[in-house]
Amino acid sequence: MSDARLSITTRDVKLWYGKFQALKGINVDIKHGKITSLIGPSGCGKTTLLRCFNRVNERYGNVTTTGEIKLLGKNIYDPDVSLIELRKAVGMVFQRPNPLPLSIYENVVFGLRIHAEKSLSRGDLDDAVEKALTETGLWSDLKDRLNDRAINLQLEQQQKLCIARLLPLKPEIILMDEPCSALDVDGTRAIEELMWSLAGRYTIVIVTHNMAQARRASDETIFMLLGELIEHARTEDLFLTPRDSRTSEYIEGRYG
Amino acid sequence: MNMPADAQPVAQFGETPFTRKKQRSEKIARAIFAVMVACIVIPLIVIIGYLVKEGYSLISWKFLTTNPTHGMREGGIWSALLGTFWLVGVSLCISAPIGVLAAVYLNEYAKDNWFTRVVNLAVVNLAGVPSIVHALFGLGAFVLFAHMGRSILAASLTLAIMTMPVIIASTKEALAAVPRQFREACWNVGATKWQTIWRIVLPNSISGILTGVILQVSRTAGETAPIMFTGAVFYRRIEEGNLFAYNITDQCMALSTHLFAVKTQVTNAPEALSFAIALVLLGLVVFVNLTAILIRSWLRGRKKW
Repeated sequence: MSDARLSITTRDVKLWYGKFQALKGINVDIKHGKITSLIGPSGCGKTTLLRCFNRVNERYGNVTTTGEIKLLGKNIYDPDVSLIELRKAVGMVFQRPNPLPLSIYENVVFGLRIHAEKSLSRGDLDDAVEKALTETGLWSDLKDRLNDRAINLQLEQQQKLCIARLLPLKPEIILMDEPCSALDVDGTRAIEELMWSLAGRYTIVIVTHNMAQARRASDETIFMLLGELIEHARTEDLFLTPRDSRTSEYIEGRYG
Repeated sequence: MNMPADAQPVAQFGETPFTRKKQRSEKIARAIFAVMVACIVIPLIVIIGYLVKEGYSLISWKFLTTNPTHGMREGGIWSALLGTFWLVGVSLCISAPIGVLAAVYLNEYAKDNWFTRVVNLAVVNLAGVPSIVHALFGLGAFVLFAHMGRSILAASLTLAIMTMPVIIASTKEALAAVPRQFREACWNVGATKWQTIWRIVLPNSISGILTGVILQVSRTAGETAPIMFTGAVFYRRIEEGNLFAYNITDQCMALSTHLFAVKTQVTNAPEALSFAIALVLLGLVVFVNLTAILIRSWLRGRKKW
């Protein structure tokens, strides 16, 4: 297992919201190109950990972080790290689809535009839109109405668009914070299939409340409890032969 | 309840004395609220009706576009009307950009610490300062200390200081109404704050911002005290029909001070004159507010979420 390329490695990550300690020394290695799911009961720190990976936690108030989080070998808490460049490489998808109040087209090229030094040619933008929408399976449905407002799409399409929005920036990692909790069964299935089709090229880390989803839609699973990492294993192994009694009790539904 | 298993419960949905009592309170409450509404609406209708009845006879295009004559007993109100336009225009050119940009800073950039809280408190309090106090400040700071003399500039600056806190407050509200999820989406693709503000926040709050600014126009147009000390003059003839008949360093007449002068300083002024001036002022305010409503509904229609 150690020969695989790693996208994220953390060493002794501790995090406080004000005085409350939300993460109590997390050590984890997340492999490149795999889907890793974070599970655990509410308040266990899984979303907090996810938000550490692009340092967006710092936008949510009084946060202190210690320890080391290396992305592709670079500690992202080093002083010379630009948050702008970091977030370009580590995109995030949210619980509720949050397309920007722009057209479908402008949503997809938003990232390109804000990161472009000079204005981009229409052709480049068109290519980026087609590529990103094709990759997310939206192209055939939306290619004739790229100028429609993204806000009027179905939720499932909105969520796919939020993923498509990240792709033109060629991210290393896509973070997903319960991306299916606002979607119905079909929408959930569609997003999960999309995750599988994106895996390999991108590292995906997904937080989910839904254990069945973690089981269906991830290569590896991390179980967290009260700010600590309890167990990290291949998804199959974690669900079939959990090593820790707290893990087995959680996946049996004894608490959570 | 203990009931034999086969007993059918009897439905009793009829009124009880207690129900009737509740309904009585309901009626009384409703009546009180309705009376309060009448207390607002009736005086408004009476005031407007009275103004129109008394002043309408004098209103004409000529009334609006000629200078007052015969010791302000006859003629029109041109110099006062244009003066009000100038005061409103210049003060808005000062207060709108400063107020809006300050609000953007306070809402988007400022961290929530004691200093920001003090500034916010100061803004709220400044909005509550009586206009006569602003007038004294304007007299001291602009007319005397800055050697502007009594002028449109000094009066407009005083009005701008007066309206700025309200513009800041309304702009902040408009900015805060932009959903946080849009900002989150921007942060997470690496947008800077300025990119977020320019591309997403401002386009989606511009209707609220503009409404707030325009509503201050009507307030500025009606103010009397601040300009009386700082730039309004009792009487002044200007070129008729020339919108630039005033210079920014001139003193000017204004509708509000003109009304005050005609009613209190000019003897034997026709009764209808002051009502006509008031009617023009009121018409101006209504016109501006209507514009605000139209702009808002137009921009809302274009809103993208």
